Amino acid sequence: MQNVLLLQPEKCIDCRSCQLACTLKHYGNFSLAKSRIEVLSSPMKFSVPLTCLQCDDPACAKVCVVDALVRNPETGLVEYNAEKCIGCRMCVTACPFGNISYDRALKTVIKCDTCHGDPECAKFCPTGAIQWIKADLETLDRKKAMSAKFEQVFGKEA
Amino acid sequence: MYGWIGKILRVNLSDGTIQTENLNKQWAKDYLGARGLGTRYFVAEVDPKVDPLSSENKLIFASGPMTGGLGASTGRYEVVTKGPLTGAIAAANSGGMFGVMMKYAGYDMVIFEGVSEKPVYLFIDDDKVEIRDASHIWGKTSGETTDALLLETDPMAKVACIGPTGEKLIRFASIMNEKDRAAGRSGVGAVMGSKKLKAVVVKGTGAVTPADPVKVRSVALSIRKMMAENPVCGEGLPTFGSNILMNIINASGALPTRNFQESYFPEADHISSETMNKQQLVRKRGCFGCTIACGRVTQVTHPKYAGFGEGPEYETAWAFGAQCGVDNLDAVIKANFICNEQGFDTITMGSTIGCAMELYQKGYLTKEEAGMEINFGDPDVVIKLVEMTAKRQGFGDKLAEGSYRLAESYGHPELSMTVKKQEIPAYDPRAIQGIGLTYATANCGAAHVRGYLISPEILGLPEKLDQHEIEGKDVWCKIFQDLTAAVDSAGLCLFTTFALGGQQIADQLAAMTGIDYTAESVLQCGERINNLERLFNMKAGFTKEDDTLPPRLLNDPVVAGPAKGRVSRLNEMLPKYYATRGWDEDGVPLAEKLQELGLDKILFIK
Repeated sequence: MQNVLLLQPEKCIDCRSCQLACTLKHYGNFSLAKSRIEVLSSPMKFSVPLTCLQCDDPACAKVCVVDALVRNPETGLVEYNAEKCIGCRMCVTACPFGNISYDRALKTVIKCDTCHGDPECAKFCPTGAIQWIKADLETLDRKKAMSAKFEQVFGKEA
Repeated sequence: MYGWIGKILRVNLSDGTIQTENLNKQWAKDYLGARGLGTRYFVAEVDPKVDPLSSENKLIFASGPMTGGLGASTGRYEVVTKGPLTGAIAAANSGGMFGVMMKYAGYDMVIFEGVSEKPVYLFIDDDKVEIRDASHIWGKTSGETTDALLLETDPMAKVACIGPTGEKLIRFASIMNEKDRAAGRSGVGAVMGSKKLKAVVVKGTGAVTPADPVKVRSVALSIRKMMAENPVCGEGLPTFGSNILMNIINASGALPTRNFQESYFPEADHISSETMNKQQLVRKRGCFGCTIACGRVTQVTHPKYAGFGEGPEYETAWAFGAQCGVDNLDAVIKANFICNEQGFDTITMGSTIGCAMELYQKGYLTKEEAGMEINFGDPDVVIKLVEMTAKRQGFGDKLAEGSYRLAESYGHPELSMTVKKQEIPAYDPRAIQGIGLTYATANCGAAHVRGYLISPEILGLPEKLDQHEIEGKDVWCKIFQDLTAAVDSAGLCLFTTFALGGQQIADQLAAMTGIDYTAESVLQCGERINNLERLFNMKAGFTKEDDTLPPRLLNDPVVAGPAKGRVSRLNEMLPKYYATRGWDEDGVPLAEKLQELGLDKILFIK
């Protein structure tokens, strides 16, 4: 069973621990600009963690003319090969979520690789807004919350 | 350098020059960063007798070596200057992301000197730094200023600015970053206003590099676990924010009420976080790198007090609540929002209103002078007075000077609940002995964040002390003050110390900087910083006469509630504290102590 990164914005406190953990893992330092996960806050101070969702049918891979981005059917990850990349940034344009960006200094794509199946962001998220879980459990939290509501409403009548 | 960037930015507003300098590495090691390192630079460059609002005063934005890293609550920075409210060294602490961005842009500190002729703001875009015209935003609120500057600079930048109150040199104006975070106390915003500096906008795409990435990671994991398992850091603060204290402090008989005339507020629960969680709380929010997320995003829908923003903290809820005899939480939050928008300190504002209300109650201040009846318990009067103060309108012009100058102008300075002219926060030192010692000896004037003895005396962390006992409080006070100075200077949040001690602070610093800090050496950094601040204040004219509390707290017993009959026994604790500190009976650091701390050769300007 494949794992997925589960993002739950309602739990996010905007602390950016995910971004710190991400750049520490990939660059050995702390930076927001190079982080492969982003957190965006609305004017109402609602924060949403955003990162590559490893699509089953990835637009970024489809537009890549040199196959620098390819989905691995075994792991379910969209893998990036910097050697092949020609820096055209078509993938940046194609991603409908804005979850790929481009590092002009290093001339590489900035995209989540789930730390090769062991994502640091999930380990350092203090509230569980980012979790690395089995794909079929993706919606379990919300189902549980919903069933708890049913229990509140109907539980006493049973 | 690891942890530190190793660069500071110096901006002269008089002649418009901008320079970068290398950071003094020895000072960085000895004074860490933020409050400590900022103060070290400040004392080397500014005459202690300087008028805080003159061009000779300087304003330093300083981060710490942990700011922007991975650890426990690493989003803090400090603004160091000489405070116009107190005339003492000021270091106002704030969180959010501003300090972090400053570091990612490549600077440990930004030092502002001189005075600009016209209103300006500074835009830092990594190594591109520009002084820009700010005449179009002069007079705007912190929210309007922030929105306008993000539009004309970069949407990913962070903004620290003053509101209209800083421009009007209100003595307790704060510096607001990201709209709702405040470097709140001592009037640092008025210094910024006096320099005609409206805002600092910073965008940083660089990085902070740790000495030992593997160690930083493992230390971060272990201390975050300690914090998650701690009842205050892992449960109380995340669930209720700092205002969880309202009912706790009231139950201990230490909630100052109606300008400290009482120490118990029967309606405290109406302004507590338990009530707020049910009514106004929208969500919780953390500063950068923080697992606690004590920040409260709140919304008031009551038409009269409608608003949206962040707050209140416990101190704010107390200042506009119990201190003014008000139990209307919607109104308290409204007053908080006005202070955030206009940019001034909620503790001083609320306490100054409380003082005015007592002057009025006692007949020292007439209805004509105040412009209206100002009775304790009237929420609309509180809001009206906050608005009038922001504009320096009518009686508000007097309130804008803080409670000491207000009460003195009516011939009753004893009714100002201040130390070194700075308002005492929300714990009555008659009911909690140790915190009174902290208030009396804090170098920035009365403050709760300069040796939070409430932690052992009330919360029982790291161990429970008897709140009414004075035995040993001198030692506790010294240790807490020194640890706090180190935590502030590291760029970490004081709230982490409910769960973490000197060892964990040292572990974080050592992994980050590569310098072999220990619990002992970190505490010594803190002691060095406290003594340096003390030396500056002495040169500025402060003496042991200033290490005191208002006479009411020393002489008038608490009238009712759990602490009934008690007074502060400061005068018994103070001589012991001086001795514990290695100071003489006048509170002057002894030569041996200065030598031990490496402060014997510190040269002051004049």
